[in-house]
Amino acid sequence: MSKIHVTTTVNGEPAEFLCEPQESLLDVLRDKLQLTGSKEGCGSGDCGACSITLDGRLVCSCLVLGVEAEGKTIGTIEGLANGDELHPLQRKFLEHAALQCGFCTPGLLVATKALLDANPNPTETEARFWLAGNLCRCTGYDKIIRAVMDAAAEMRGEHA
Amino acid sequence: MNFVANKSELKVVGTRPVRPDGIDKVTGKAMFGADLTMAGTLTGKVLRSPHAHARIVAIDASKALALPGVKAVITAADFPEISSEEAAAGDGAVNFRHMAHNVLARDKVLYEGHAVAAVAATSQAIADAAAALIEITYEVLPFVIDVEAAMADGAPLLHDDIKYNGKPSNITKRVEFKLGDADAGLAEADVVVEGRYETTAVHQGYIEPHAVIASVNPDGQTQIFASSQGQFMIRQYVSKILAMDIANIRVTPAEIGGGFGGKTLVYLEPLAVALSRKAGKPVKMVMNREEVFRATGPTSGGVMTVKIGAKKDGTITGATIDIALQAGAFPGSPVAPACMCAFACYDLKNVRASGFDVVSNRSKIAAYRAPGAPISAFGVESAMDDLATKLGMDPIALREKNAAKAGTKAAYGPVFPEIGFEQVLEAAKSHPHWSAPLGPNQGRGVATGFWFNIGGDSSASVFVNEDGTISVVSGSPDIGGSRASMAMMAAEVLGVPYEKVRPIVGDTAQIGITGMTGGSRVTFATGMATVQAAEKVVDELKKRAAMIWDISPEAVDWKDGEAVPAGANAGGFDPMPLAAIAAKAGKTGGPIGSEVSINAQGAGAGFGAHICDVEVDPETGFVKVLRYTAVQDVGRAIHPSYVEGQIQGGAVQGIGWALNEEYLYDKNGRMDNAGFLDYRVPVASDLPMIEAVVVEVPNKRHPFGVRGVGEVPIIPPLAAVGNAIKAAIGVRMHSLPMSPPKILAAIDGKA
Amino acid sequence: MPKVSISGSGCRPFIGEQTEFEVEATSFRRLIKELDARFPGLGEHVEETMAVAIDGEIHQDAYGLQLPPDSEIFLIPKIGGG
Repeated sequence: MSKIHVTTTVNGEPAEFLCEPQESLLDVLRDKLQLTGSKEGCGSGDCGACSITLDGRLVCSCLVLGVEAEGKTIGTIEGLANGDELHPLQRKFLEHAALQCGFCTPGLLVATKALLDANPNPTETEARFWLAGNLCRCTGYDKIIRAVMDAAAEMRGEHA
Repeated sequence: MNFVANKSELKVVGTRPVRPDGIDKVTGKAMFGADLTMAGTLTGKVLRSPHAHARIVAIDASKALALPGVKAVITAADFPEISSEEAAAGDGAVNFRHMAHNVLARDKVLYEGHAVAAVAATSQAIADAAAALIEITYEVLPFVIDVEAAMADGAPLLHDDIKYNGKPSNITKRVEFKLGDADAGLAEADVVVEGRYETTAVHQGYIEPHAVIASVNPDGQTQIFASSQGQFMIRQYVSKILAMDIANIRVTPAEIGGGFGGKTLVYLEPLAVALSRKAGKPVKMVMNREEVFRATGPTSGGVMTVKIGAKKDGTITGATIDIALQAGAFPGSPVAPACMCAFACYDLKNVRASGFDVVSNRSKIAAYRAPGAPISAFGVESAMDDLATKLGMDPIALREKNAAKAGTKAAYGPVFPEIGFEQVLEAAKSHPHWSAPLGPNQGRGVATGFWFNIGGDSSASVFVNEDGTISVVSGSPDIGGSRASMAMMAAEVLGVPYEKVRPIVGDTAQIGITGMTGGSRVTFATGMATVQAAEKVVDELKKRAAMIWDISPEAVDWKDGEAVPAGANAGGFDPMPLAAIAAKAGKTGGPIGSEVSINAQGAGAGFGAHICDVEVDPETGFVKVLRYTAVQDVGRAIHPSYVEGQIQGGAVQGIGWALNEEYLYDKNGRMDNAGFLDYRVPVASDLPMIEAVVVEVPNKRHPFGVRGVGEVPIIPPLAAVGNAIKAAIGVRMHSLPMSPPKILAAIDGKA
Repeated sequence: MPKVSISGSGCRPFIGEQTEFEVEATSFRRLIKELDARFPGLGEHVEETMAVAIDGEIHQDAYGLQLPPDSEIFLIPKIGGG
């Protein structure tokens, strides 16, 4: 089986890799690009631990083929902070203790970032439905939702 | 260290700092089980049984071995046989023979998903292809899934050596706990309620599948990096199953992506070690979600009958529970704790709890948060609700009337020391939730729960660094923020800021033996070891200051991170900060540090009471949880945010157990819903906020009053939800999950 | 003398229906040895599978525990957890 050469952009940086035609983008990110922040919890698009953005759209990277990244722009958890400055969502997740084991956290942060990009002022219900594709088994979602709402308020400048 | 009674003396304990491993986890840097790769690593793949029950007639791996890229295949022949004499047997103890046979089937496969062989190859694709080329000849046998069917005469038998009442059986044992005379007590009652209840097997559902990388050198020295609830557990179990010297095995705990009891066993680790030994290269193995469901432990499902009798004033005169729990393919359901916890919330004179442990052709159950207790509590707390209705009593008042307190002889034997159940009930009753108005099709339920909490073996080290900062090493894998608690407790004892203390979880060569992260024991037991290590460091710091001042060590006190003269007679010295003492450590006797290993005694029991509001859609049977309040006595909260998080997370797992989750089997004994699409764990949109109400009745056997938190919150929800549904629709639900079709049938049946 | 009660049915193969005993022992280790002398095999069974509650406080695996005179001792199944 010959491998396919893919040129793409990951977290703002040009990237290229060789992959098998059947290889998922999640496997490519983790195994070829050493971006292990995206996690595999199910491999079937049910848990959201592998959430990334592809040309700005929130997707489960386990359901995307590596070859589909050709010419596209990928955003992963590794690109959320700005250098050594945490994204407000990351800060708020820490302040609110919105993680316990932390395995679902990268996917939740990427999904929440996509939510707030699309809707900077979500209601609690909107946030809960947007994040319904990201399973967390530790927290019961309470502190996650509080962190999301608090971060959204701060990003809208309401904390000044 | 003596118990600190006055909370206001505490500067760090009870605050909410950011956890030390937090940034790694929000930036994707944290290394979980599947995130590490070593040079030349092979990929391992397990071949699993497609049959619920079959004899293995022959295994032919020749085609797989011939595939380019395949480096090793292992089968039962690669494992030593453990005689049953060597395997510690009995209640609660680990049977290594059974564990070894669960890790890899020997002559029979006992459930669909049972591992039969494993292969290591240069890529995942080759490993997958090779596994498919291993030819297994099976003689398919009759199987049994249901617990009562497995107990019936003539049921297909799983094991030749299990006998009950002298006859071959799937019943591995019966347990019984009694106090007084339950039948006589029931006969005295004015009112008796009785019910039969069923629960299904539910999975812990940690989001991170099991993952390991193992590397064996020709001299036998072995490195294992794995996600688990205990690096020392892995070391011990691998050593037993593969007959290796423990000193040759070094296990590094990866960050663990949830466990809830399900990662207190080995599955992949012995296979990865055996493959690496054969292939001469590191081997990495990661389960997929389907394997997690089919081959790793859910908790038991079961059936039970509950009977409770009371006087008109609500005094319970007698109570019984008879329960049968699925153990999965090997003996060992949590039937004993299910029986022991069943009535532990109540002060009863006449009570009997009995149970059967039953094997059937399901994956072997594993521990799940307060193992057994939620199951029996579903029956008992549903029956208590019915009793309150029948007596015309408020359900909290009924529980208060019979509440266990200090001096109560627990139904399982001992007398309770100071416990907080009455305070928990009082907090529930006075919470605004309990008296808030309800709308149409809505109902409110309450239920309670008890868990022992445990202590046990724990080790921790505290080191003073050259600049006066502190490093803490403990042996407990951190699932829910325990590194923060360890750092906080050490900071409290040393009198230094939390940020000056950095904690890690040590590997098996860096720290003394520590029991698993489970049983709600880490903050209690490992916390106690950390506190004792920090105290030894304080003693040493005082000695060193005395040496610098050239006075007697008794003349030095420790206050707010500084050595101070104990009194006017000690001399007029300025306080000496920890950093100044650390800087002179070389001159005063060498580096300062201490390791403490203990078997922590004096764990304090935990109690909780949950209030749940639901709305039931009469057209669809869909149940929406509207409001949820979880009250719990935690002893004392070290980091209140993570204590609340444990309570909220446990409550939601219980809500999932109550409403959605179940193992479904097809007519061939194969699991029908082995994925998160069909095995439905709660998602964010299913839930309201979960209000955690922390009650603090300190456990005076821990310096800061810790009881343990993690397990109690999963116990009340099953009945709390069921009682709320009863209040909403007027029908008692006897069977979990209380899914829309069952609710609808119940509503229709009533009409 | 300390009074020992054995909770649950796990020890029945050794002790039959009797569940309460008075013992001379002053430590948990001596208690185990004394029980084993009376009921051969019970000592090991207790060590492997049981915890001890002394006047209400549960302990696991501790030979050195002192048994106060007239204390109430319960042997209960060992508790694990999730």
